[in-house]
Amino acid sequence: MALKIVKGSIDRMFDKNLQDLVRGIRNHKEDEAKYISTCIDEIKQELKQDNIAVKANAVCKLTYLQMLGYDVSWAAFNIVEVMSSSKFTYKRIGYLAASQCFHESTDVIMLTTNQIRKDLSSPNQYDTGVALTGLSCFVTPDLARDLANDIMTLMSHTKPYIRKKAVLIMYKVFLKYPESLRPAFPRLKEKLEDPDPGVQSAAVNVICELARRNPKNYLSLAPLFFKLMTSSTNNWVLIKIIKLFGALTPLEPRLGKKLIEPLTNLIHSVLSLFIVKYLGLLAMSKILKTHPKSVQSHKDLILQCLDDKDESIRLRALDLLYGMVSKKNLMEIVKKLMLHVDKAEGTTYRDELLTKIIDICSQRAYNCLWYISILVELTRLEGTRHGHLIASQMLDVAIRVKAIRAFAVAQMATLLDNAHLLTGNTQRNGICEVLYAAAWICGEFSEHLEEPMATLEAMLRPKVATLPGHIQAVYVQNAAKLFATVLRGQEGAPADSTVAQETSQLLIDRLPLFVQSSNLEVQERASCILQLVKYIQKLQQKDVEVAEEVTALFAGELNPVAPKAQKKVPVPEGLDLDVWINEPPSGSESEDEGRKSKGKAVFAKDESRHTKPRYTEVDEKELAKRREVRKAEQANNPFYIKASPSSQKVRRHSVSKPNPSPSFSLRLWMPMSDQYVKLEEERRERNKADKKKKKDKKKREKGEKGRRRRGDSGPESEEDITPAHMVDIVTEEMPENALPSDDDDKDPNDPHKALNIDLDNCPLMDYQVVVSVIFENKCDSFIKSMEFNVLDSLNSKLQRPDGAGPHDGLIVPFQLPPGISNEARFIFSVQNIVMPQKLKGTLTFIVKTDDSSTHEKLDFKLHFTCTSYLITTPCYSDAYSKLLESGDLKGCSLKLEGVNQPFHHLLARICFHHHFSVVERIDSCASMYSRSIQGHHMCLLVKTADQTVSIDAKCDEPGLLGNVLDEIKLTFSQC
Amino acid sequence: MIKAILIFNNHGKPRLSKFYEHYSEDTEQQIIRETFHLVSKRDENVCNFLEGGMLIGGSENKLICRHYATLYFVFCVDSSESELGILDLIQVFVETLDKCFENVCELDLIFHVDKVHNILAEMVMGGMVLETNMNEIITQVDAQNKMEKSEAGIAGAPARAVSAVKNMNLPEMPRNINIGDISIKVPNLLSFK
Repeated sequence: MALKIVKGSIDRMFDKNLQDLVRGIRNHKEDEAKYISTCIDEIKQELKQDNIAVKANAVCKLTYLQMLGYDVSWAAFNIVEVMSSSKFTYKRIGYLAASQCFHESTDVIMLTTNQIRKDLSSPNQYDTGVALTGLSCFVTPDLARDLANDIMTLMSHTKPYIRKKAVLIMYKVFLKYPESLRPAFPRLKEKLEDPDPGVQSAAVNVICELARRNPKNYLSLAPLFFKLMTSSTNNWVLIKIIKLFGALTPLEPRLGKKLIEPLTNLIHSVLSLFIVKYLGLLAMSKILKTHPKSVQSHKDLILQCLDDKDESIRLRALDLLYGMVSKKNLMEIVKKLMLHVDKAEGTTYRDELLTKIIDICSQRAYNCLWYISILVELTRLEGTRHGHLIASQMLDVAIRVKAIRAFAVAQMATLLDNAHLLTGNTQRNGICEVLYAAAWICGEFSEHLEEPMATLEAMLRPKVATLPGHIQAVYVQNAAKLFATVLRGQEGAPADSTVAQETSQLLIDRLPLFVQSSNLEVQERASCILQLVKYIQKLQQKDVEVAEEVTALFAGELNPVAPKAQKKVPVPEGLDLDVWINEPPSGSESEDEGRKSKGKAVFAKDESRHTKPRYTEVDEKELAKRREVRKAEQANNPFYIKASPSSQKVRRHSVSKPNPSPSFSLRLWMPMSDQYVKLEEERRERNKADKKKKKDKKKREKGEKGRRRRGDSGPESEEDITPAHMVDIVTEEMPENALPSDDDDKDPNDPHKALNIDLDNCPLMDYQVVVSVIFENKCDSFIKSMEFNVLDSLNSKLQRPDGAGPHDGLIVPFQLPPGISNEARFIFSVQNIVMPQKLKGTLTFIVKTDDSSTHEKLDFKLHFTCTSYLITTPCYSDAYSKLLESGDLKGCSLKLEGVNQPFHHLLARICFHHHFSVVERIDSCASMYSRSIQGHHMCLLVKTADQTVSIDAKCDEPGLLGNVLDEIKLTFSQC
Repeated sequence: MIKAILIFNNHGKPRLSKFYEHYSEDTEQQIIRETFHLVSKRDENVCNFLEGGMLIGGSENKLICRHYATLYFVFCVDSSESELGILDLIQVFVETLDKCFENVCELDLIFHVDKVHNILAEMVMGGMVLETNMNEIITQVDAQNKMEKSEAGIAGAPARAVSAVKNMNLPEMPRNINIGDISIKVPNLLSFK
């Protein structure tokens, strides 16, 4: 044997391996594509061979080619073959290839389920590890559903290496199969306190990913994370936890206060890395929103962070400072920031600083003098893009605060005078925008100017023509305003009139430059004003005093108007803004009418939808009457089977065993109709109470969503169930329906939406199924100490007393003498009823003979069919037709050939075996109804003709329906 | 979540690509090209973070890149990952490669991309960070390699010999494209303990 292997390996050692392939590709730079295509042909040959080593080698090469962009999906089946090799070496190659090129639509993935399951339970931890790693890349909803339980078991594996991988992959499983989240969550939570740091970190990772999307469901974990944050030494975990708290603090205001201290410690700690510093600052900024005061006290620390060499940290600190400015510390902080502006390198950071300073001041500046000087100081910044921002702030302050106008005008005059400093390299320098403000302020408030003449001169310098057009325009216009002021000053003084004329001459000399401007606005204004000045000069030459009239051109003050001012103006009495002033022309009217009627139609349709449940607004008396009628109807209905335990027997399992001594039979019993209704009512009561307590709309929507998830049946279809619930629905559901949902705009395909599961209220999701088991002692010995145990699946769990572990059995409360049978009941909680399930179980017992007693074991399987989740529920024919009309149900049909039973027998069989009730029967046609324990409606239309029975079925859960139909088929094939 | 891990050289040739979301082979190549284009035009001394290219989700995702000698290491991540944490992860990755290949150079990555994948699998699983402790990663990688060797046993020996012979007469395989002095170029500012 060994020889054969050696021989085989000698045969193939001259095969091309990965290294040879790479080398070959490197040697064929000219005709790479051709070379690779010959390689692929070789690989295809290799894949045809039986030797797994050759196959693995080929797959390994394919993985490399995949990276180079070649589609290798044709080899998917071979990859699966290599995956299932018993050798780790090949298995790893197979899983790597699968992880690189399998995806949800790869059809061979279905073939892998059992192989993966086998690998997951392999005694070799690296087989398991490799399978988990591979699976994490190509897990599909089907794989997730089938393997969730196996992976959950691995979460408690003895080896931390497996545990951490299993914990991590659960996130992928949750994404693909959201139903697994609830059952897996307790164990996941446990892993947060795993002794192994790797496992702990994996659990933190998973919960952070989950909580990021739906933080409110994880608030209850906050204390645990708090503990971890203060105790963990793993920086990766710290980063994740801080991120998590960032998501949680907005939801739980109290959290903020508690967090401040540990976060400050983190920032302070010399050992802490700058990553953590960065994140600490980030988290603080989130806390700031809810707890400004607690962050205030760390101002100095944050100011220190501004000196950090890492730009990202500086930006974060800046963000924080922005949030914590108050009346008291404003000047100090801004002063500090101004220092940084000088030191700052890199325009992005400096621009960021500048905007922050302006933002801070514009909202909270109480000292406008100081603010103006800050703004002027900021203009020294070269290369900023925010000149416009500074300009608008200057204008804003100058216009709004009369008291500081003199100061502002003086400052602006200086700016204009030094304009050449700002306009050094105009084109790329945004700061020249400031001149726009300066010019306007100097012109508008020129009465405050000390030396208007000098300013006027400054504004008419030829250099101005290099400024952007819109600034020149303002210059020209305001030069005219200044001119008016200057004239007034000169004429008021007893000096000779030549001074005033000289001023006019100055304008006449300088303005033609602007008249030639290519900017229309500048040109127009300049020529207007030029003509005006020429006219004034003429008047001056005639010794006419013109100052008064020229000033009148610019009389009146511009007042600042708040953006929302118009809204605050009350509508005068008797003014109806909606009334036509002139009747619109008839043509447009008819069109409008048409649109209106269309709108009406839509609305009417809408209304009819909403009114549908209104028929349920019946008073108690009416309800009672209906109930009576129904009871009478049921009494006359031969197919209606009343809920009595004996009639609800579903299936009898006889388990035969090689050992002929004891045997027992199982009886699945679903007497849930009562319990379920009670449960449902309880839930509704609770919801109602909840809602009344908190009128919070969001909360309500959440409740509704939760309900919708459960049955996949919208509230619309729930409206049509039995009258007993209807009053409830009208009062509770309708208003909710009318409210627009916040979630509407969310992407319906977002997998995280499905994961929005409230994890604190577990019981609401569970549905109980009672299984009645008959134990019959068929041997001649006495049987005692029976212990009944079932291996839980993700979906179904045996309910054990509090404190019992998940693997403990339940003690059967009786002993069996020979030939005696007795019945015991076990309760299972079931979550998903769409699929039939088989649970494995064991019964251990002691067989006592006269002289000895032996311990025996009996394995059995419990089969939960989908039928067993149906409850015989009567239904009115009108409610039934409403249900069918609603359009929420999906159809499916079934044909049974060669059924030679009378029709009523057939119906009785369906009623008996599958828990349906007959709604209506006309000749050889009958409609039937049943309901699942989770409230799915199921409607059947059964027709028969010539030994052929056709069943058209409708249900709001197609999966469940399909399975029930299969079971019905089985029932009839057996007879 | 990490969306993709890419290693390519200064010319944009892929040396490793690991996508944690499915794309067609063509799209994958386009993403690699686009990412290379984004990353390579940046100066050496600017920061290591930038917004993702259009193909891989635009500004929703960030690219965290590090340049070592001839190779670019690029991680594409969504907003749930910390940039600096990932930056450190790249450092751990490179140091681990350096330990496993004993002075790693680009050629190691070229000829042993499968081994690089196996090392990466111990660090990142399905886009989630699995392990950040270098010693733990190396222990697990070594244990698996040992297992591989023991499986090959006698049968593996001839193949290894042939491979050695093949490599021997290879003038064009100098180890000159060294990844560089990692420990000097990137001082251990932030290695996780």
